[in-house]
Amino acid sequence: MITRRTLMAAGGAALLASPLGGTMLFAAAPTARRFVFLIQRGAADGLGIVAPVGDPAFASQRGVLAEDFADAPKLDAMFALHPALAGVAALYRAGEARFVHAVASPYRERSHFDGQNVLETGGTAAYRLRDGWLNRLLSLLPAQQARAISISAAVPMALRGAEDVASYAPSALPDASDDLLARVASLYEGDAQLHAAWESATATRMLTSDLAADNGRNAAATGALAARLLAAENGARIAMIETGGWDTHAQQRGRLAAQLRGLDSLVGALKQGLGPLWSETMVLVATEFGRTVKVNGTGGTDHGTASVAMLLGGAVDGGRVTADWPGLGDAALFEGRDLRPTLGIDSLFGGAVAGHFGLDPARTMATLFPDSRAGATDGLVRA
Amino acid sequence: MSDVSIALNRFGLGGRAGDAPPQAPKRWLLDQFGAFEARPVALAQLPSTAAIAADLAHYLTDVRMQRREMRRAAPETMADPDPDAAPMRDPAQQARAFARRQGREVYSAAVGARAAAALDTPAPFVERLVHFWANHFAVSADKLTVTGLVGAFEFDAIRPHVLGRFADMLQAVERHPAMLLYLDQAQSVGPDSVAGKLVRRRRPDRALGLNENLAREILELHTLGVRTGYDQNDVTEFARALTGWTVAGLGNGPGARLAGVGDAPGSFVFAERLHEPGTRTILGRAYAQEAGEGQAAAVLDSLALHPATARHVATKLARHFAGDEPPASLVAKLEAAFLRTGGDLPSLYRVLVEAPECWVAAPVKFRTPWEWSLAAFRALGTREVPTQGVTNLVNQLGQPIWRPGSPAGYDDIAASWAGPDALMRRVEAAERMAQRTRNLVDARARAAELFPDALSEGTAQAIARAESPGQGLALLLVAPEFLRR
Repeated sequence: MITRRTLMAAGGAALLASPLGGTMLFAAAPTARRFVFLIQRGAADGLGIVAPVGDPAFASQRGVLAEDFADAPKLDAMFALHPALAGVAALYRAGEARFVHAVASPYRERSHFDGQNVLETGGTAAYRLRDGWLNRLLSLLPAQQARAISISAAVPMALRGAEDVASYAPSALPDASDDLLARVASLYEGDAQLHAAWESATATRMLTSDLAADNGRNAAATGALAARLLAAENGARIAMIETGGWDTHAQQRGRLAAQLRGLDSLVGALKQGLGPLWSETMVLVATEFGRTVKVNGTGGTDHGTASVAMLLGGAVDGGRVTADWPGLGDAALFEGRDLRPTLGIDSLFGGAVAGHFGLDPARTMATLFPDSRAGATDGLVRA
Repeated sequence: MSDVSIALNRFGLGGRAGDAPPQAPKRWLLDQFGAFEARPVALAQLPSTAAIAADLAHYLTDVRMQRREMRRAAPETMADPDPDAAPMRDPAQQARAFARRQGREVYSAAVGARAAAALDTPAPFVERLVHFWANHFAVSADKLTVTGLVGAFEFDAIRPHVLGRFADMLQAVERHPAMLLYLDQAQSVGPDSVAGKLVRRRRPDRALGLNENLAREILELHTLGVRTGYDQNDVTEFARALTGWTVAGLGNGPGARLAGVGDAPGSFVFAERLHEPGTRTILGRAYAQEAGEGQAAAVLDSLALHPATARHVATKLARHFAGDEPPASLVAKLEAAFLRTGGDLPSLYRVLVEAPECWVAAPVKFRTPWEWSLAAFRALGTREVPTQGVTNLVNQLGQPIWRPGSPAGYDDIAASWAGPDALMRRVEAAERMAQRTRNLVDARARAAELFPDALSEGTAQAIARAESPGQGLALLLVAPEFLRR
């Protein structure tokens, strides 16, 4: 039997690709696609990320927040990208980044937690569905590709459901002894919940124990970690990364810039770590809802409605912004305060994953968003 | 589980090595209302809120002065006046030094004191309730200006009211500097207040005005609960009523004089000059402008007695003691008691102790990392823990204390805590904790003591077959009965 310890001693994940590792693992198709869902918890300000600088109302509505875009890279005649996203801007120029603006889930209130629940379950209202759309996606994929991991100690809602998923976050705790691990396994044998969790935990540690040196505290390390989990031949094909800190109620300028620098280096590390696999990869970045169009009394923005989503990666048909732009004039705003949604995020999600994994769009929509009547957005993936 | 085991583990914080099991479990729980200490020894040595706030005030003053100089030097690179964002050059270093001080010396000491109080307490049921309420009214140390104050928040605003009325706890919580800073209330200015109008006249370019964060979270999280019939207009009106509720001494110079907030740093102050004048209408009820500070206080008092609040609090308490899917019958009983007594908390706790829904034999909850850590320390007979050790342990287990990442606090359901990696971490931590006992504890006897008449055959056998006393203890700490309550 190959124990975790011998794996570690021999160099961990590298060994898994060797003939020795191959006896316990199934062969993976070398071109299997990779998909990363990165959630921005806290309602990211889409107008501060991909700014409609060509909208005549932009500068007056955004006040001090518009200043970041004085010299920002232009994406097209209408939009400019926040300068902190330098790496993402380079992806855009290479045709590997696509922005979708004025997008929103069906949720129209302004509670983070309900909004995130809708975003992650794929329902039309909070708590209507019990499992996550990313978990349901697994049921549509061939077994070889249906392996998902959340880069967090707890499995987030989008990945919860009937299909088994793994979770992993770097730990500074010392590894427990193999003997104790074996005894714990038998201690949990008769306990369905603990048994399943333990099986998954030991399997994941097998794969990743050599990664524990990364403390994951900074964004680049998280990106590198995700890349290693996705690049391993027998590793995950789908990963979910949770990011927080987007709830910029006060002094948004400095905070959002810092958040975006982190996101930029995470994506950069992911691309670098995936190497040639980047061409098979799609990273979907989305948030539960956007923020108010006007700046509030403390240099920040309050909870709003529509925001921007990003598709990044070599598999993306990028280099353009998709938006049926509703305008920022007072009369155009949703409830007099927010960017008005013109595209459902379910259409975007469904179109993105159906295109990426070569699934039937209608079936994908019905499985991922059972209560939605929208169709999948077409043409997001490089032919 | 036996009733004694339920009292110790589900209601309490886990059995403590060397303690005799309670003879009459319900009596034991109810008697704790008299035994609870709002300010036990463990908390007495902590720095005062005034001292923490003074350090914060000094830091904010330094940052402000630095920025002024930088603006003078290079007006086009006008720095963003946010204490939380990483400022440039020198201020960044200052921020790091300040964060280290507040983090290591104040925050970690408070976490350690919280653990010590829970390990030493004669009233573990009430300590559990303190932790419950602190999570209900969550503030987060992730925000630099709040890091040092989160401990004081629980010790000053929660503990003294845990056996009082919900309304009193609510008022104390919403006035605490940690809450006012965390949810941006401290900076909120009425656009038509004296200060608001003055600034608009002098500096029309300057953003200064309303912030609705605290108002929204009070309605959504602290009182009524989400989707309970308030709308955006209620949120904005409540935010207007709350203007003027701020923290003294965290600014100085003309700004503080203008706002009238020059008192001792850290104390709650109502700054009339920031308050938006006018009558406010919230949930259909009008609140007169004459009340000043009392305007928002009156709103809080109405919210504290609102039927939706009763239902919200009842649901959360029922979930904490009777399972992730709280039994409707128990929610109804708690809700009725809340409405009947006007939110008298001991009356609700009595309902819990009396309710058969809380005494079902099968475990109903998966212990959170904090609960598990306390239970493990208590099981091992630890009374004093190194403060940095507790902080590191709960960080590694995935539930940093007072850092929930959102104002909703930590989830109170198994799905958040029973994940594969989380389980592996507990096993790793258990092995290390057990090793420290140097094989001096007999895990077989300890297991029987911790789970009176409630130890499973499988766990007893696994412990008995362990290769060393230490390994037996590690297995006890991660046994199914130890992971749940």
